[in-house]
Amino acid sequence: MALPSYAGPVERAWYYAYRVICAAIFVFLIAPILVIIPLSFNAEPYFTYTHQMLTLDPDGFSLRWYDEFFSSDAWLTSIRNSLIIGVSATLIATALGTVAALGLARRYMPARGLIMGILISPMIVPLIISAAGMFFFYSKLELAQTFLGVILAHAALGTPFVVITVTATLAGFDYSLTRAAANLGAPPVTVFRKVTLPLILPGMIAGGLFAFITSFDEIVIVLFVAGVDQRTIPREMWSGIREQISPTILAAATVLVAVSIMLLATVELLRRRSERLRGIRPD
Amino acid sequence: MAEAAIGGGGAMVTADGVPLKVSLRRAERRRKLTAVLLVAPLLIFILVTFVLPIADMMWRSVDNPLVAGTLPRTVQALEGWDGSGLPEEPVYAALAADLAAAQKERAAGRLAVRLNYEMSAARSLIGGTARRAARLEPPYKAALIDLNERWGEPEIWQIIQRERGLLTASYYVSAVDMRFAADGGIVAQPDYQQIYVDLFLRTLGLSLAITLICLVLGYPIAYMLATLPLRYSNLLMILVLLPFWTSLLVRTTAWIVLLQQQGVVNDLLIAAGFITEDGRLQMVHNWVGTVIAMTHILLPFMVLPLYSVMKTIPPSYMRAARSLGANPVTAYMRVYVPQTLPGIGAGAVLVFIISIGYYITPALVGGQSGQMISNLIAYHMQSSLNWGLAAALGTILLAGVLVLYWVYNRIVGTEGLKLT
Repeated sequence: MALPSYAGPVERAWYYAYRVICAAIFVFLIAPILVIIPLSFNAEPYFTYTHQMLTLDPDGFSLRWYDEFFSSDAWLTSIRNSLIIGVSATLIATALGTVAALGLARRYMPARGLIMGILISPMIVPLIISAAGMFFFYSKLELAQTFLGVILAHAALGTPFVVITVTATLAGFDYSLTRAAANLGAPPVTVFRKVTLPLILPGMIAGGLFAFITSFDEIVIVLFVAGVDQRTIPREMWSGIREQISPTILAAATVLVAVSIMLLATVELLRRRSERLRGIRPD
Repeated sequence: MAEAAIGGGGAMVTADGVPLKVSLRRAERRRKLTAVLLVAPLLIFILVTFVLPIADMMWRSVDNPLVAGTLPRTVQALEGWDGSGLPEEPVYAALAADLAAAQKERAAGRLAVRLNYEMSAARSLIGGTARRAARLEPPYKAALIDLNERWGEPEIWQIIQRERGLLTASYYVSAVDMRFAADGGIVAQPDYQQIYVDLFLRTLGLSLAITLICLVLGYPIAYMLATLPLRYSNLLMILVLLPFWTSLLVRTTAWIVLLQQQGVVNDLLIAAGFITEDGRLQMVHNWVGTVIAMTHILLPFMVLPLYSVMKTIPPSYMRAARSLGANPVTAYMRVYVPQTLPGIGAGAVLVFIISIGYYITPALVGGQSGQMISNLIAYHMQSSLNWGLAAALGTILLAGVLVLYWVYNRIVGTEGLKLT
């Protein structure tokens, strides 16, 4: 996007103005996340930078909010609950979603559009409506306020991501590979394990990570379907913001930002790997 | 795969003598079955854990079992009533019997709550009458009117007659700020009770504003990402993706911290001399907070579709337009922008769909003026416990979202739904 040599003075001025505008928008995107990180090390129970912090006085900083975060029973339970629910929901979503994507990618699939629409619907329907429906229905089945209820609900929300990513991976799939394997005498299970699975694995993992972050970050369903025993990290933050706002929330937020950075990096690496792998297919 | 050979009759047959057409059809049927069997587990899972609950909620918005179930004799006795004046003695006798039975089975309270949605005095009327119903003596008409004069007014009887069916439209009527008039027609609620239409309009207005701001902010950076060399744009892309991956509550918390009156933005504005210490701006717990925080949360949903469309536009078109004499503005507006329309459409509909159903951020930073329709659905589910009305509001919202999704699908197609 370099400035062309024939650019006039107005165009030249606009070129720099445009860069400044873009920089401002990028700041808007990233600043809120960066601003809270130093604040989580605040020695005072305030949500703004103290004079000591601005002058980089070591006394202005402390780890007390992290200490509180990692030593409070409520937060530790919520971390445990988030992990139990997130991992279980991800496993269900990834298994069901991958198998379904294998079916959807076949040419012989009848009513694909309709079925795809139904499978994607948990991603489209506003969460408050899903939560309302599940609240009524799961109460009738006595699933409300149980781990199983929340796990099933989160698995349902996560499956569209797995279906979409694995279907996308399969779009570039070379079926002559599986035919060749079968031709060489491999039974279907071996074909799947040795040929199909390694090729769609990046898509599966990416979809699984999406499903995990969906569950890990989900709050509306938790508010309606979960009980006191299933409080997750977002649920704990929700009451933290509504009831007794303390900088411990910022420590929790910083920990979550670190988790998202790790997940983002993993997905990016997988995407590049998948692109590289697909680059070697003959077409 | 069986080998094909020419059979005696001239028709193609496989090696074991089955006509090729039959064999092929059989193979295709088997493959179709495999595909269906692969999809079936997830389809059943989604139907049970997700679609059924929503269907159940929609059913609840018209379901009306309480009146007919609690007052069976009264409903039957009212059969021949023409709706004008007061019903006759047998109806009152039936009501006394029904309420006495309801009191015994502890069903009167729920009926009282149900009828209270239709008439604000109904709760005490039903509750009070049910408690004394067993001790009433005939003639019941005089006894009931003596107990509570409202039994001597036609309104409650009209309501019982109207709501005697197993299905009701009354939740939808309330959801659009209307009510049933005495003659059975539908009229607007008095001004001070009109909430929902305004709230639907505000939800649409806020969502539209958020969508427009996202477009204005998203377009320039998507263009920059699409035109920069890959090694720079990959770095800048992280600035878009990191917020996208960061917890919603973290971002909402961040905005509360930034925007509150003792917060960072106000401090900065004071330090820069724009406002004074007394003039600290109220930017959170009102609609401004909702718009700012939701724009930030939804901006990546605008940038990513725009970026993927812009990435496919060859830069030579703009150069051609310039070399044919167009000035930069004309070239950009008449050559580049029209080609990005699918991206604008996809991003705008996506942001709009997500924002009209948003709950968390308005609930935390919205205050009074930043509430959206979802917040009222949650209120009716958790606080007022008027689940029928919550279901009706939810169904209306769902219908709106599905229409928009259909539009979105026309623009990009489900196949175009990409995540990375």
